Amino acid sequence: MVVMKMKFPFEKRVKLAQGLWLLSWCATVAGAFTFSLGCILKTELRRRAEVMDNSDVHVVPNTLMIVGLASLGINYFASKVCQDALDAGRFPRWKKMLKPYFAVSCFFTVLMLLAVIMSYAMKGSLESSLKVGLRNGIRFYKDTDTPGRCFQKQNIDRLQMEFQCCGNTDFKDWFEFQWISNRYLDFSSKEVKDRIKSNVDGRYLVDGVPFSCCNPSSPRPCIQSQLTNDSAHYNYEYQTEELNIYLRGCREALVNYYMGLMNTIGAGVLSVFLLQASVLVSLRFLQTAMEAVEGNENTEIETEGYLLEKSVKETVMEYINPVMKFLMLKNQVEEGTPGNPEIPTDVNVKPGLF
Amino acid sequence: MAVLRLKFTKNERDKLAQVLWILNWISVLTGILLFSLGLFLKVEINKRGELMAERDIQYVPNMLIAVGLIACAINFLGGKICYDCVDTNKFLRWKLIMLPYIICTFFFTFCVLVGALMCYSMRGELEESLNLGLTEAIRFYKDTDTPGRCFLKRTVDMLQMEFHCCGNNGYKDWFQIQWISNRYLDMSQKEVVDRLRSNVEGKYLMSGVPFSCCNLNSPRPCIQQHVTNNSAHFNYEHQTEALNLWMRGCREALLEYYTHIMQSIGLTVLLTWLFELSVLTGVRYLQTSLENVLRQGDLNSESDGWLLENSFMETARTNLNIIKCLGKGNQIDTANNGDPNINVPSTSKAHYGPDNVPLKEIPEAS
Repeated sequence: MVVMKMKFPFEKRVKLAQGLWLLSWCATVAGAFTFSLGCILKTELRRRAEVMDNSDVHVVPNTLMIVGLASLGINYFASKVCQDALDAGRFPRWKKMLKPYFAVSCFFTVLMLLAVIMSYAMKGSLESSLKVGLRNGIRFYKDTDTPGRCFQKQNIDRLQMEFQCCGNTDFKDWFEFQWISNRYLDFSSKEVKDRIKSNVDGRYLVDGVPFSCCNPSSPRPCIQSQLTNDSAHYNYEYQTEELNIYLRGCREALVNYYMGLMNTIGAGVLSVFLLQASVLVSLRFLQTAMEAVEGNENTEIETEGYLLEKSVKETVMEYINPVMKFLMLKNQVEEGTPGNPEIPTDVNVKPGLF
Repeated sequence: MAVLRLKFTKNERDKLAQVLWILNWISVLTGILLFSLGLFLKVEINKRGELMAERDIQYVPNMLIAVGLIACAINFLGGKICYDCVDTNKFLRWKLIMLPYIICTFFFTFCVLVGALMCYSMRGELEESLNLGLTEAIRFYKDTDTPGRCFLKRTVDMLQMEFHCCGNNGYKDWFQIQWISNRYLDMSQKEVVDRLRSNVEGKYLMSGVPFSCCNLNSPRPCIQQHVTNNSAHFNYEHQTEALNLWMRGCREALLEYYTHIMQSIGLTVLLTWLFELSVLTGVRYLQTSLENVLRQGDLNSESDGWLLENSFMETARTNLNIIKCLGKGNQIDTANNGDPNINVPSTSKAHYGPDNVPLKEIPEAS
């Protein structure tokens, strides 16, 4: 049961070889493009690594880089093969390599598709990683004297100014943590002592936010402290005030940014995947068409090309069997022809006994 | 005594023509580069147009844009000429144009040099323009309800955050103007009224700065109000505190930014000028060697090429004489004009016989 049989007269074979050569060079460039997209994504993720708790999402750019490099090799090999394809004398030397080549390239092409799917599926993981990372960032904002956290304040300030966001979910996250270090609190002042006594953990909590939350588009100078107290500021109602500080949370801003980036990259990689798949299919047709020519004196006969000699299931089993045999050495005999008695492997069989 | 005479064989002439063709096309690309640099500078200046007072600084990017376009055109023509110079028949087409072309290009390279020098001279005008512009911008910071100035607050805030600067010369500029609008001042409060009365013009002045002056690198949360009052904040000395606010003035920051851009552009234009000059020298050699070949008659022979036929002083004297003669009147003195490029008009009359001879009667054929 041959899969997808097609007739190939001589001119069609020539056209196929030429078109495939051009296509494989395009696909090589596309492979380099995929690799660079992976690098870009990894760089962007690493830039904000301080506000991410784990690096699970890095599997997407890593896969893209691996696939990009692999497709460079695959397509370069394909172009070399189709250069020799029409020459009946030079084509046979590629014959042995083509079977494993197709297996490897199918694997990497499927991996490319997986990378695209993963980039959409990783949203949840990214969001939870950012949630924990931002929470820690806000918690350690004041620890500018602790080694390892000195730059946390700077990073959070820069992040909030660049992405125009405030806090984790929104600006109220700043009310739950002490973001002013004890070094700058006057403990002899009554106000400070009252505030610290007023909560269980002894933290100095304020209903204020850092300056990086301020929105430059506001028509009035920024109100950072006593945000929920309408009477503390003239002509101010915090429920209706939208322009004073950024209302969006940084987690939402970052997730939107990264998902936008991954969607764009995913679209690009999907088109590269289609290109790569068409290269492989064309190469397979060319190989099978040229194999039929072999041995014939007249190289201009019409031949048939096909995708798979047997049905899909049989072909898959054909490939997996050697792999399984390699992995399961002890049960080699068991998988062979039926009727063979099971020979226990721990008994030495002396020749001549049977 | 020719200036810098060189011998050219036929092969060398052809190679020179081909190399010059390629170099002219590279010059077209550098012309496009000049054009885009001028455009970039124009866009950068217009981006901060609100912060600059009216001054004559647009002439620099405009000049660069014009020079870039003209360079493209001139080098495109030069490329075409050099391409045709390989074939002597086609060269005859361009023979008359080549000398004026070379003279024009020579004067044009002066324009390129002037363009480069202007980039460096713009700094003084720019500084003055920024000084006035920033003073005005800080003064109108609070006027977010006045049409035409609504977005000045946002512009100044974004400027201070982006360039890491505060005020015109320093953060103390903010102490001298009222940057909080009266709309947000509670006039019923005693403190506000006292402050307004405390100065002649009735402005609400305070020793505080907007949030955009806050330094990101500070280890402590930003101190914006009562900046000069040490006792208002715990563990704070404003004289030694360098990390709380941005210490640099915005005029200095912007000036440094633009000077850096203009120095890079100026350097690129100078290199372009040198390149154009070398291409022009090559074209001049090509022109003189081809003309000498035509004079000698044998197209495959060796010929001389030079920059100037006579020494520099003699050429200057000859050209001045020509200009003087042109100025004297419309007399065409062809006898003294030794320029082989201009055809000598014929002065002899054709003889058709004596005039006023009466017509003889022609006998009719019978």
